[in-house]
Amino acid sequence: MSVPDLTLESSIRNLEPTSSRMPSLHRAPLEIRALKSGFLTALTWIGAILASVPLFSVIYMLLVEGGSRLNWETLTALPPSAFDLGGGFGNAIVGTVVMVGIATLVSVPIGILAAVYLAILDPDSKLAHTVRFLAKVLTGFPSILAGVFVYAVMVVTMKTYSALAGGVALAVLMLPTVVLAAEQAMAMVPKKMKDAAYGMGCTRTQVIWKVVLPTGAPGILTGVMLAIAGAAGNSAPLLFTALFSDYYLRSLTEPTASLAILIFNFSGMPYENQIQLAWAASLVLVLIVLVFNILARIIGRQKY
Amino acid sequence: MASHQFDNVDRSGSVSGPPSGGDYALDRSFRGIAWFSAALILALVVYIVVEIGGKAMPAIAEHGLGFLTSTAWNVQTGQFGILPQIWGTLYSSLLALILGGVFGVAIAIFLTQDFLPSRLAMVFRTIIELLAAIPSVVFGLWGIYVLIPLLRPVANWLHANLGGVPFFGTSLSGPGLAPAALVLAIMILPTVASISVDALRQIPYKVKEAAYGMGTTRWEAILKVMLPTASSGILAALVLGFGRALGETMALAMLIGNSNQISLSLFAPANTLAALLASSFPEAGPVEVRALMYAALALLAITLIVNAVGLAVMKFATRKFEAER
Repeated sequence: MSVPDLTLESSIRNLEPTSSRMPSLHRAPLEIRALKSGFLTALTWIGAILASVPLFSVIYMLLVEGGSRLNWETLTALPPSAFDLGGGFGNAIVGTVVMVGIATLVSVPIGILAAVYLAILDPDSKLAHTVRFLAKVLTGFPSILAGVFVYAVMVVTMKTYSALAGGVALAVLMLPTVVLAAEQAMAMVPKKMKDAAYGMGCTRTQVIWKVVLPTGAPGILTGVMLAIAGAAGNSAPLLFTALFSDYYLRSLTEPTASLAILIFNFSGMPYENQIQLAWAASLVLVLIVLVFNILARIIGRQKY
Repeated sequence: MASHQFDNVDRSGSVSGPPSGGDYALDRSFRGIAWFSAALILALVVYIVVEIGGKAMPAIAEHGLGFLTSTAWNVQTGQFGILPQIWGTLYSSLLALILGGVFGVAIAIFLTQDFLPSRLAMVFRTIIELLAAIPSVVFGLWGIYVLIPLLRPVANWLHANLGGVPFFGTSLSGPGLAPAALVLAIMILPTVASISVDALRQIPYKVKEAAYGMGTTRWEAILKVMLPTASSGILAALVLGFGRALGETMALAMLIGNSNQISLSLFAPANTLAALLASSFPEAGPVEVRALMYAALALLAITLIVNAVGLAVMKFATRKFEAER
């Protein structure tokens, strides 16, 4: 009496194509389909490596070309005129920081309050749906048009280019990022926490201030940091709102220098000194942007 | 009887209790402010459209629709037209979309289909996200001093040997369409990759398991099951990437050559709407500013339409999966 062979191997063997309709369950490594799969895998690897080349090339150039020129003088001195040697971009660093600061002060309160409305107060109203859609459309809004808009609204009426106009133009670009990130962070606050607070007799405002905002704070801050990083690197809206200046900032209502515009202006100049300064300014700008990006990552990683 | 129970509760040691009149007043005003802030965003978008549209009105009245089909941009004679810029915007964005789209989707597949251990995939994802953090002007600078010198010998060899092909019809002397489109492709790659990654991640794992269970190779599963299932999400990624490319300004203003001509050649200088605004606005007189406002309105219309279409496609894509779950 023989025991029927019930091992896996034998059952697979028994599945060998008995009729032409049964597909083969064996796959030879050199079969056309396997080769095709391997070929595409190789292609994907090459594509992925190729796609990361530009980033490393940019970083290499920034460190080599910009790093060699980075010292105390470049960080504090004023931009040189055409044939001068030396000089720096201290005023551009100050201008960038001031304008991004103005943009943050304008966009963050409005953005978070709007997000409160979208996430907590009335998430399904017609206004909420419209604003959500418009905020998403605004994230793809060409930054130069924010410049055109603020030029028409502020520069023309104030009759001067100013740090204020530059800051507002950047605020227009930061607003959608802040709104969407803050809304998402607040919508993720567990319903039980809000219900517990309502159960204790809180008004909606108290629930928002004491439960939703503190709990959602990491997510909101991540969004704010990303918005700041984006605004710091953005230059197109500053072209004709803040313009440029060769001097340190004295008032908010006069043309103001920024790192991005300095890079743009110096990049096309035929002088070695200016081009080196453009690379050094790029390094500083990328470092500022990276710091805020990394901050956003660190804050965002803290789970509640 | 029961109603008396709560009257005797000692409230002094408790944090709970009904809101006071002051709390109600605060609540109402805070909610009012929040509503106002949300409405402000709506008002801002309307104001942007009205302001740019209003400032463009005189030029619309003056040049009419001929503005969109004329090729002249002459401040002295007051003749303005933006056909070359529209052509340059669409052509450069399309080239960038083809390149950035292929690489972006490839990277999304690379990151989601178990090619890498999850920790390495995180590192690679960070690299791609950092690409999005590099400011446009820095890419412009890199394009001028790294990419153009690198491209020039290749471009000139192509022109010398294949000059008959319209794409290689001119030589690359400096700035031109090819370096601009390449940098543009690098800049939209993170957008395309990250939205495609989300689309591929949304597919329930059992779909892939079912495919493998049928005996497919990894790539048969990707090409015949995963990509078709994620197709609307990937389409949204491509449309939104295209929208980004249309509005990109600084890198293009530095790399495309700002020359108002229409040419199929990849190596000829060209211009885009955004680059035209960037290069002409700061020094423009009142007559030119009006024409530039018209150009800005055209750019606004193109990008708003493309972005709205992209968002609609994305909404459709998410809805499909919500229904399946």
